[in-house]
Amino acid sequence: MARVEFKNITKKYGQETVIENMNLEIKDGSFTVLVGPSGCGKSTTLRMIAGLEKHSSGEIWIGERCVNDIPPAKRDVAMVFQNYALYPTMNVKENIEFGLKNKKVPKKERKLLINEISEIVGLTGYLNRKPSTLSGGQRQRVALARAMVKKPQVFLMDEPLSNLDAKLRNQMRTELIQLHKKLGTTFIYVTHDQVEAMSMGDEIVVMNNGQIKQTADPVAIYDDPEDVFIAQFIGSPPMNVLELKSIPGLNFKGKKGIAFIGFRPEKAEMSLTKKEGSITFQGRVITRETLGFETIYQVQSSLGVVMIKHFSRPFVENEELFVNVCYSDLYFFAENGQRVRNIKRDEFLFEEKNLLKVAGGSF
Amino acid sequence: MSLWYKLRPYVMTVPAITVFILFFIYPIFYMIYLSFTSWNLISPVKKFVGWGNYVELLSSREFQQVIANTITYTFLTVLLTLIIALVLALWLNRKGFIYSFAQGAIFSPYIISLVSVALLWLWIMDPQYGLLNWVLKIFGLSPCPWLTHTDTALISLVIVGVWKTVGYNTLVFIAGLQNIPRDLYEAAELDEAGRWKTFYKITLPMLSPTVFFLLVVNIIASFQVFDTVQIMTQGGPVNATNMLVFYIYQYGFDFFKIGYASAAGVFLLIIVGIMTVFHFIFLSKRVHYR
Repeated sequence: MARVEFKNITKKYGQETVIENMNLEIKDGSFTVLVGPSGCGKSTTLRMIAGLEKHSSGEIWIGERCVNDIPPAKRDVAMVFQNYALYPTMNVKENIEFGLKNKKVPKKERKLLINEISEIVGLTGYLNRKPSTLSGGQRQRVALARAMVKKPQVFLMDEPLSNLDAKLRNQMRTELIQLHKKLGTTFIYVTHDQVEAMSMGDEIVVMNNGQIKQTADPVAIYDDPEDVFIAQFIGSPPMNVLELKSIPGLNFKGKKGIAFIGFRPEKAEMSLTKKEGSITFQGRVITRETLGFETIYQVQSSLGVVMIKHFSRPFVENEELFVNVCYSDLYFFAENGQRVRNIKRDEFLFEEKNLLKVAGGSF
Repeated sequence: MSLWYKLRPYVMTVPAITVFILFFIYPIFYMIYLSFTSWNLISPVKKFVGWGNYVELLSSREFQQVIANTITYTFLTVLLTLIIALVLALWLNRKGFIYSFAQGAIFSPYIISLVSVALLWLWIMDPQYGLLNWVLKIFGLSPCPWLTHTDTALISLVIVGVWKTVGYNTLVFIAGLQNIPRDLYEAAELDEAGRWKTFYKITLPMLSPTVFFLLVVNIIASFQVFDTVQIMTQGGPVNATNMLVFYIYQYGFDFFKIGYASAAGVFLLIIVGIMTVFHFIFLSKRVHYR
């Protein structure tokens, strides 16, 4: 168990700066997920913790020591790779054992450890098999076992579930959460999949372009995003963000600098009549995705195309309707994408007539 | 229509099969036939002698030495080529101009005709004014007789053989090395495996298909060494570098003992045949580490 800290970390590849002046604290025993689009530097961050990638400047601390000059093997971390990186010429047992042998763990102890770990991950019957004869899920377990057997202070996982099919991925997700609870060790998990991030992490670090955009727990990230990027990256479908210019009836008193407003797809209500206390506009259903419990509609409105998640009455394609978003469910963003908080109801003016007229005309 | 449909594949492969039978199958069987005869290439009569040629061949001291020479040459050439090529490949498997240049430079002997290579090395190894002895002299070492002495002639040919093929082997090894996923090395680094352990626990096992492929290909090629012997030593001095293919050539076209030469040819055919069978078994069972 250990905390991991980045102090002013910069990473350059030649002339190109990938990560600049990053400060990050990963709490001891947390399940921290680094999430962001591909190329945002999340994998590089993870690899710097492992020591597989050398940072250009700054300090990395694991537990109570600065690991800048400590080689990967001595950092007391274990890593699960995206492609598992199992040694193909060794069988399952040898794969798990390799690190222990190198650490000169006595044979008796090795045997106990391997039995214990293979029991936990359900590999007991497979110890003599070669990785090539195992299924994707089993290989994943071997990779996990190989990491666990070293009893590291920090687990690093680089998109470990991305090679599995959807069903197995969900199952492994649950197993990893349980495993984290059981071990209580710090998990650092990299993914580009925001659903994975939300469902697994107790702390989420959203990254973009080599910068940390926000660090918070899943609920806070979802309900209280710092900027447009996070608002749109987290959540499926993403938050609807509309340019203020495209909403002719909406005006702000005094408070300037608001350029975008947004609302979550599930916070918009679709109805055949107008609703009071909401921003209301007219629209028409373009497409419908029925997912069982919920339905996702793509609605063409006078404000542009918006995505709406609806749980009750099924609307049909081309049906004309009203979209109502409660004032309290609106998010406001400045020109640079930063969130503008604490806008009260009486600070903006919404002239419905104006908007509806435009809407009516466009169909 | 249906008759044509059945015949079509045969008709269409007739040209290829004709060439194959005429230039590959027929000569082999003709050679086997000749090995049971006594013939001087001119006489109209091919006298049938049964196993006579084989008996003579296997009891000949000279032939025994030729086989010993060939095996020694093959063993040394293949071993040295593979070791040097592997070391070079490990060193050159990097990005950068100097490494690409070195890869190209090492490969270049492979594309030169072996006859030119032999002539070139004949000069280099000349005991009086050769480059090698000049270098030895610079380092204060006594000059080596190279091709002119029974003790050093065979090893001199081995040097030329290695120099010629090491580039190709290096390139194949580099390709093999580049096929090893990088994350295996990273996993090994996290598993605290040292450099030597990483090499023999990961690199070498992952390269084993490449090693085996090169081993078989090199053995087959070395067994058939001819050009260097013909140009550089003529099998001498005192038969010290006489090897199987040169021996066959000598008996067939210098001494006109076609039957005897054919018997030696059958011998070579069997050895190379066995190696080829190994090669095919290996190709069909080739392990894919994925």
